[in-house]
Amino acid sequence: MPKRYLYIWFGYLAPDRLVKINPELRNGPFLLYAAEHGRMVARAVSPALEEEGITRGMVVADVRAIFPDVKVFAAEPAAEEKLLKDLAEWCFRFTPTVAVDPTDGLILDISGCAHLWGGELPYVRTIISRLRKGGYSVRAAIADTIGAARAVARYGNELIVEAQKQSDALALLPPVALRLDDVTLQRLNKLGFRQIGQLLSIPRANLRRRLGEMLLYRLGQALGTERELLKPVQPTPVYLERLPCLEPIRTAKGIEIALERLLEMLCARFFREGKGMRTGVFKGYRLDGETVQISIGTNRASRNAAHLFRLFELKIVELEPALGIELFTLEATLVEDVSEAQEALWSMPGSNQTAIAELLDNIAGKVGAQAVHRYLPQEHYWPERSVKEVSTLGEQPETEWRTDKPRPLHILSRPEPVEVMVALPDYPPKHFRYKGEIINIVCADGPERIEQEWWLQSGPPRDYYQVEDENGARYWLFRLGLYGDRKPEWFLHGFFV
Amino acid sequence: MEAITGKNEMIRQLREKILSMEGFNVGDDSRRLDFGLGAMNAAFPGGIFPVGAIHEFSSPDETCAAAANGFLSVLLGTLMKKGGICLWVSFNRKLFPPALKFLGIEPHRVIFIDVRRPKEVLWVMEQALKNKALSAVVAELRDVNFAESRRLQLAVEDSKVTGFLHRRQPRMENALACVARWKITPLPSSANDGLPGVGFPRWQVELVKIRNGRPGIWQFEWKNEKLYSVQQSTALSAKSVKKQRKYA
Repeated sequence: MPKRYLYIWFGYLAPDRLVKINPELRNGPFLLYAAEHGRMVARAVSPALEEEGITRGMVVADVRAIFPDVKVFAAEPAAEEKLLKDLAEWCFRFTPTVAVDPTDGLILDISGCAHLWGGELPYVRTIISRLRKGGYSVRAAIADTIGAARAVARYGNELIVEAQKQSDALALLPPVALRLDDVTLQRLNKLGFRQIGQLLSIPRANLRRRLGEMLLYRLGQALGTERELLKPVQPTPVYLERLPCLEPIRTAKGIEIALERLLEMLCARFFREGKGMRTGVFKGYRLDGETVQISIGTNRASRNAAHLFRLFELKIVELEPALGIELFTLEATLVEDVSEAQEALWSMPGSNQTAIAELLDNIAGKVGAQAVHRYLPQEHYWPERSVKEVSTLGEQPETEWRTDKPRPLHILSRPEPVEVMVALPDYPPKHFRYKGEIINIVCADGPERIEQEWWLQSGPPRDYYQVEDENGARYWLFRLGLYGDRKPEWFLHGFFV
Repeated sequence: MEAITGKNEMIRQLREKILSMEGFNVGDDSRRLDFGLGAMNAAFPGGIFPVGAIHEFSSPDETCAAAANGFLSVLLGTLMKKGGICLWVSFNRKLFPPALKFLGIEPHRVIFIDVRRPKEVLWVMEQALKNKALSAVVAELRDVNFAESRRLQLAVEDSKVTGFLHRRQPRMENALACVARWKITPLPSSANDGLPGVGFPRWQVELVKIRNGRPGIWQFEWKNEKLYSVQQSTALSAKSVKKQRKYA
């Protein structure tokens, strides 16, 4: 079956997106900029501004000089990319194979789809009118090859290129329509090639010698002699369950029953697909038109309905039923794979990892996820940097915990300055004053000098002493800086066992 | 002769039965765990360190708190020897994880919960104690009342998880429904073979209260990953009295 492709070009994707967010910007002069080499450069320009002769690539300061009332916004490439992907997913209603052409185009493989809309012309018109109604300025073209469809959509003015007629359609278009790099385009311009048709009449060997392999490759793609593969967008599956109620629900018990049913349905699906929930939202649509919702997160993907119910249960009191809730939905907003056999992370007789992960979820749900900490060693001498925090239960240390140098069991998050009496420089103190009390030092070990890690931070080194007073209490003191340049300061940093 | 051994055996069995009724774990599991406490074992009911119960530690100041956490970590190390995870719940935590390695614990097998409100410590501890998958739960907090401690004890009786309740600088020393109350104070270390410098850590371990046991005072030194019983004269108390007088 001959292939047919539809190319949709969103000429003003970024400005259209902004207008949809701020409708008062419609028809107004504004631009989106990005920092480039220390300057603000226009990345996208609104149609109104473009009519005044402003093009993308101009420096924002210049544009402001010409139009003082121009509105400027920072470009959000990530959001635009996401928007394009969302539009691609919307296009699944027209064809199952949709690919994104960064940064502002969509490629639809419409082979065998168009007749369902009564032919190619109604098909492409439906798409264009629906997108335009949605607020996007689009141009589209259908051709046998991706290259030809793209060139015609962007630079031509036909809607449909008949089968096997792409060379005619391309003949009058400029070479820039062929997806060539700047160097080749400049060379073509210098040589006087203004239309693709001029290239087609020149022997291939000459073109290859003068302009490189790439030009022939792109030309071949547009004409259909070279194959081009699409990377279709994979639809993200939606894990959403709905539960309409015959009568509006007003009681906590009713909400619990609804939640239980929804969890049962969702978890059954998770079991079928080998997935688990990381974050979920439970929504209630109220009779008065408002929606109320609660959300939870788990430490590892879970499909245990009872456990997930416990996590939601803590928050059910936050749901305000008012006149009653008539529709409940439960959506897993973040879904991850669950390995069938939980791997043994620590050998634990009679206990399992899942139970602990569920306990931590419960705790995180009540006191906040920032409360749970687990530490692994890090190869740094500076005490504050010698541990790193990890958020998973499974991660194992890459290096050994060091025991060659003494470290105190209790450490002060900020070293506290202390007054000391030192007999001789580089000796441990005789006594020090901490919280108004003088502590006499009986014996001491040290110093252990720890230098600043210069690649991270600069400053004076620390000389650590482990000291013991007459009662046996052991302290970790350090002197910041060396004797000589200025008066060194002393700090208490920890307590030994 | 046989009659006497039969009678002794019967008494032993009865005693174990009574202890198990009172909530002490006398199963084989606890027998196998050796906490290295040596002579101190005689103080415990049935001669076994009571696991699956709540132990209370109380420390009046910073240095005692460090010593108590140290001794507690040694006990914890024994509980976690078989592998397993421990939960360390605290409000305003000062513990430095790498130092646990010196006391025989793999620091990455400890999960720290740092709560922002002191009351939440008890909630988290109770939830954790109900979870049979944990080896032990440690909670550091300031004040706890009798009713709250009884809830913890009830949670433990079901799950047989060992809990340590460390009260740091408590406002008052009220009675709690715990099996044991400990008081750990640091002792001056003895010079290592006459060498200068700081020696191995030493503690005075005071068992203030133990249900069905005999309270007393012991002294231990932590050396080469083991507890050694040491004898030190009571010079300590005289010294501390002198110190208090001097700087009061």
